[in-house]
Amino acid sequence: MMNMIEVTNISKVYQMGTLEVPALRGVSFTIRQGEFVAIMGPSGSGKSTLMNVLGCLDTPTSGTYLLDGISVGELSDGNLASIRSLKLGFVFQQYHLLPRQTALFNVQLPLLYRGVAGRIREQRSRTALTIVGMADRMSHLPNELSGGQQQRVAIARALVGSPSVILADEPTGALDTHTSEEIMALLQRLNREQGLTVVLVTHNPEAAAYAARILTMRDGLLVSDETPNQQLPSIGHPVPMVQDRQDGQDGARWREMAQGGTNQ
Amino acid sequence: MTDMVVSHPVTLVAPAPPASDSHPLTLEPLKDKESGRQRIRLWEIGSLALASLLGNKIRTLLTILGVIIGVAAVVALLAIGQGVRIWVTSSFAESGTNTLTVMRGDTSMSDVEAIEALQLPIEVISPQYGETATIVAPAADESATVMGVTPSFVKAQGLELQQGSFFTEEHNDTVALVIVLGNSLAQELFGEQALGRTVRISGQAFQVIGVLKEKGGNSFGSVDDQALVPISVAHRRLFGGRTADGNGYLVSSIQIVVKDRDDLEMVKSQVERLLRVRHYLAQDGSEDTFRVLNQAAMIEQLTGILDALTIFLASVAGLSLLVGGLGIMNIMLVSVTERTREIGLRKAIGAHRSDVLLQFLVEALLMSLFGGLLGLSLGYGIALLVTVLSPITAPVSLWSAALAVGFAATVGIFFGIYPAQRAARLDPIEALRYQ
Ligand SMILES: Nc1ncnc2c1ncn2[C@@H]1O[C@H](COP(=O)(O)OP(=O)(O)O)[C@@H](O)[C@H]1O
Ligand SMILES: [Mg+2]
Repeated sequence: MMNMIEVTNISKVYQMGTLEVPALRGVSFTIRQGEFVAIMGPSGSGKSTLMNVLGCLDTPTSGTYLLDGISVGELSDGNLASIRSLKLGFVFQQYHLLPRQTALFNVQLPLLYRGVAGRIREQRSRTALTIVGMADRMSHLPNELSGGQQQRVAIARALVGSPSVILADEPTGALDTHTSEEIMALLQRLNREQGLTVVLVTHNPEAAAYAARILTMRDGLLVSDETPNQQLPSIGHPVPMVQDRQDGQDGARWREMAQGGTNQ
Repeated sequence: MTDMVVSHPVTLVAPAPPASDSHPLTLEPLKDKESGRQRIRLWEIGSLALASLLGNKIRTLLTILGVIIGVAAVVALLAIGQGVRIWVTSSFAESGTNTLTVMRGDTSMSDVEAIEALQLPIEVISPQYGETATIVAPAADESATVMGVTPSFVKAQGLELQQGSFFTEEHNDTVALVIVLGNSLAQELFGEQALGRTVRISGQAFQVIGVLKEKGGNSFGSVDDQALVPISVAHRRLFGGRTADGNGYLVSSIQIVVKDRDDLEMVKSQVERLLRVRHYLAQDGSEDTFRVLNQAAMIEQLTGILDALTIFLASVAGLSLLVGGLGIMNIMLVSVTERTREIGLRKAIGAHRSDVLLQFLVEALLMSLFGGLLGLSLGYGIALLVTVLSPITAPVSLWSAALAVGFAATVGIFFGIYPAQRAARLDPIEALRYQ
């Protein structure tokens, strides 16, 4: 199965005047296509720094990072922007929607920067909003939406370009428990139905429980890599996890399996 | 079976499975031809800029206020300057641009004869001697300028008669008590029928032998309000006006119309030389008691001054446009700070530096163009108001409109560069963290 993210011995040192702050001190791991990974760890342990590197918003001080086979370390600012545009989808704690534009416009924005034609842009954005359950709120402005709804729009914006990876740094950090669960369930569903690779940072073990795999950071180091939810028991239904797939046909394969179940 | 809706109660240990009978909606990866360019198109950046400006109309309007006022001032001042120029030159043009006027001094009728004797390329020479007097008619008295002139006056002034005829050389030679009335003066004295009637000036009866056509005023008064008598009558029967030696009669001005405009300066210097000789004045002009005015030169001089004044005022207004540009920069810098997180977001989701730079530049350009057009309309409105409320007609010329709007756009781009660079250089991580 294909490695979507391959991180080898990555370090990041921030220079604060004469003081050197090591935020990452040699981190290595691999994430395959279609995985749903949660990164946990105490505050200041380097989670956001790692996410920024994974998101091509920042480059590591040393170490190598392969995203979908591309070595990101040596790329110029412009090429990093292109990678972000073509391969990544971001979900932020603060949603970061343009306040004076509609949900539909916000979702179209990444496609605009990719040069996608207007018709396809709008059609895909409508589909993305429908997938996250916001079909009836497309022309609403962000301030006419609840926090959970805004985060759904932000998730639609992240997935509209079919990115290789969706990166979410504390996507439920600003939401109440119930809404957090809804957002996590949505990300889980996208991972399963759309075959999206999802990497998220969270403080919350309950939120992390939705992920199949949990990486734990401490003091800029990866201290554990567990797969506790690999075989989740479910109420009468066997839940096929991404790792169980034989051939990496991800979404399409899952759909076949799901449909096969009904036809029997 | 229910769909995997979000409101579905979800247990944390065992997330609910997706519905096995529903066909989930999916987004296929974008095909190459759907995003072949992989970069935003230029006009789409324009539409992003426009969306951003329309999204915050009040901020946009505040930003361009300075430009609106600056452009309006430039356009209105240029129009008013042009209007004053037209007004002044047309006032002069009425009395002819081929005209020299000999003013003041103790010039006399014999000087006029001496000028005639020079055989210069002169079309008409018209001596005038006038004073204010009371004209008495049966129904009304009017105080008016009574001008003693020769028949050449008609040609010098380009006059036409409405009724009757002008007096002749014979009338002048015989000191005949005849009078020709300006149009308004005739109306005031007699109403409609003035021809053939009699008026009295200083107790003497004058026969009205002609009424002039209406000529319209200029900035120096109008022949419409004057009465014209033979200059011999003015001298011998009305006002006197003898020279110091008692042998001749003074004139108040001599109007000389030359045949060819190119001869104006030559005729002028010849006349000046003659008068200096005749009046025993130094030839260098230092003792001159008279002046020979060249109207064409005066118009040129005056319009030159007016143009300089207009350009000066418009430049001051242009300076205010520059200040308007500073206003754009100022508010755009504030706006870049305000929009830090938005810029970070745009960059995070794939906007290149140049995309952000261009968007802000286009925003600056659109704002200054829009401000320029609003300012143009305002300036046009002011010019229109001046035209309606004052005697001058202030035309907004195409070039002044293009100049003002073009200058505004240039100013906008120039002052937009710095804020746009600030925006483009923001680090997305820090920008997204900005509170
Ligand atoms: N821009 C920065 N400049 C200096 N130090 C930083 C910067 N960003 C993060 N750090 C430091 O790096 C460490 C890791 O931070 P971060 O990755 O934000 O941790 P987490 O997201 O796990 O809370 C912290 O000690 C933090 O203070
Ligand atoms: Mg963090």
